[in-house]
Amino acid sequence: MSAVRIFIADDEAPARERLKELLEDIAGELPTEVVGEARHGLEAVERVPASGAQVLLLDIEMPGMGGLEVARHLAALEQPPRVVFVTAHDRHAVEAFELNALDYLLKPVRAQRLAAALRKAAAAAAPGREQLARAAIAAREYLSIVERHRILLVPVRDIVFLRAEQKYVTVRTRSREHLIEEPLVMLEHEFAGQFVRIHRNCLVARAAIRGFERAAEGPPDEPHWLVVLDGIVERLPVSRRQWPVLRELVADKP
Amino acid sequence: MVSIRQTTYPDSLPDFRNLGVIARVLVAVNAVALGGALFAAPDLAQAIDRFAQVAALVEPLLLACLVALFVLSPLLARLPYWTGCAAVMALVLLVTVMLRAGVTAIVAEPPAELGRMLVLAALISAGLLGYLRLRARAYSPALAEARLQALQARIRPHFLFNSLNAVLALIRRDPKRAERSLEDLADLFRTLMSDARQFVRLEDEIALLERYAELEQLRLGERLRLTWELDAAPSDALLPPLVLQPLLENAVYHGVEPGTGAGEVLVRIERRGDRVLARIENPYVEEQQHRAGNRMALENIGERLALFFDAEARIDTRISDGRYRVEIEIPYRVASR
Repeated sequence: MSAVRIFIADDEAPARERLKELLEDIAGELPTEVVGEARHGLEAVERVPASGAQVLLLDIEMPGMGGLEVARHLAALEQPPRVVFVTAHDRHAVEAFELNALDYLLKPVRAQRLAAALRKAAAAAAPGREQLARAAIAAREYLSIVERHRILLVPVRDIVFLRAEQKYVTVRTRSREHLIEEPLVMLEHEFAGQFVRIHRNCLVARAAIRGFERAAEGPPDEPHWLVVLDGIVERLPVSRRQWPVLRELVADKP
Repeated sequence: MVSIRQTTYPDSLPDFRNLGVIARVLVAVNAVALGGALFAAPDLAQAIDRFAQVAALVEPLLLACLVALFVLSPLLARLPYWTGCAAVMALVLLVTVMLRAGVTAIVAEPPAELGRMLVLAALISAGLLGYLRLRARAYSPALAEARLQALQARIRPHFLFNSLNAVLALIRRDPKRAERSLEDLADLFRTLMSDARQFVRLEDEIALLERYAELEQLRLGERLRLTWELDAAPSDALLPPLVLQPLLENAVYHGVEPGTGAGEVLVRIERRGDRVLARIENPYVEEQQHRAGNRMALENIGERLALFFDAEARIDTRISDGRYRVEIEIPYRVASR
């Protein structure tokens, strides 16, 4: 039986040490090999893809990015690792439990629980993105683009607009453009606080709206208003249906 | 004789040196004077006139009484409650007689009939003593105790379990330090579960802060950079228990843990004249929703300071230059022997 490749993500050094000690303790019944460690969420997203880890021991409360969001980004990998959440909080434990296919461990972790969770995880499939999205309590702070052995993170606060085009959604920041494969409706739902729909196929960041200008007259069924956005030259058409909502938004702005 | 833990709390005289008590007396007496003037005069203009006349006599008398009570407060506090009340009444009447005699000697014409003045002074003093007694009961230790205990029980389970986890990690590598950490944890919880009604000495609260900091350091290592400025801290000052520890806990929880790098926390305690100032600073990190709840802890501490010091304590928070600062100011008091 070959060793299970494990990645440990926890912001507290003693907690990582403790997990490694426990893995050694149970090595007799369950051989494991620690292939990487991360001290916070962003580091985990950066290091896990190339580590070849099969199971990720993931602390939920981490700075930079919480464990639940880390798992959501990693789930887009071609071969996502199985995830065992670790937490000192009961509240989060309950939320993690919503990912019913998964196991979670409470700190301080016991060797026997760890062994059982690892065996279960090794046998199960990695958690799906929808499943993780359902368990999330908060909107993500990043969107992710999966490259071969890398995950590129785009901070949601840098995004100016999201536009659906056929299979993909274009993510536009002030300086770049990316393509992601997530339905626009789901994004609209998740980021309702930060983005507003201006057209059937487009969401713009509320904070980026500078104003509106009248479009040069086109055919009668074309939209008549364009939104002017902060930091980009491109003007985006506002659909007639969304116009009343947006006009009020601007009126509310100081 | 077997001592039984008291469950009822004896009445005690108000602290006549407390700003809150002084302010309440001032407001109440003036309200009564104004009410009396309004009642006696046929219209508003005359009532105001009448109030001005009355004030010329009432204000000096009121101030003289308050000064006398302020000076004699420690002596009065030693008397049993009812004897104390009688002493306060006697003092007020004595001051009234003396002041009237003084005024009569200067202007040669008595300001008001002595009997009337004495009865009014006695009625108002009795009314005020009654009001302050009721007020003290409303905030009575029995009620307050329950609240205090509830407030105190709020140490984050997150901290306990993460600390235990960190100690477990130490047991094999550094058993000595593991022992120390468990001792720290025991001390911390002993204080958390102890009687919250007693003042503690500042040096004990500082020792508690250091134990707590030691545990956090174990967990967070390099990420927590603590600076202590305690040289000017008056170790004998009295304060309610667990006022500073939750603030330090907040500083770590909100200012250091959410950051991926190192966070600097400053603890400065000093005495300035008859005031004690404590300031705790941490890096300001914009909060995610689940890190909210800081306000609640601050309100708790504010309430407890008010229970112990009434209007003489203050707690402020400020965010500037990317730092979050909490400042507490309390009167400098020491245990009387």
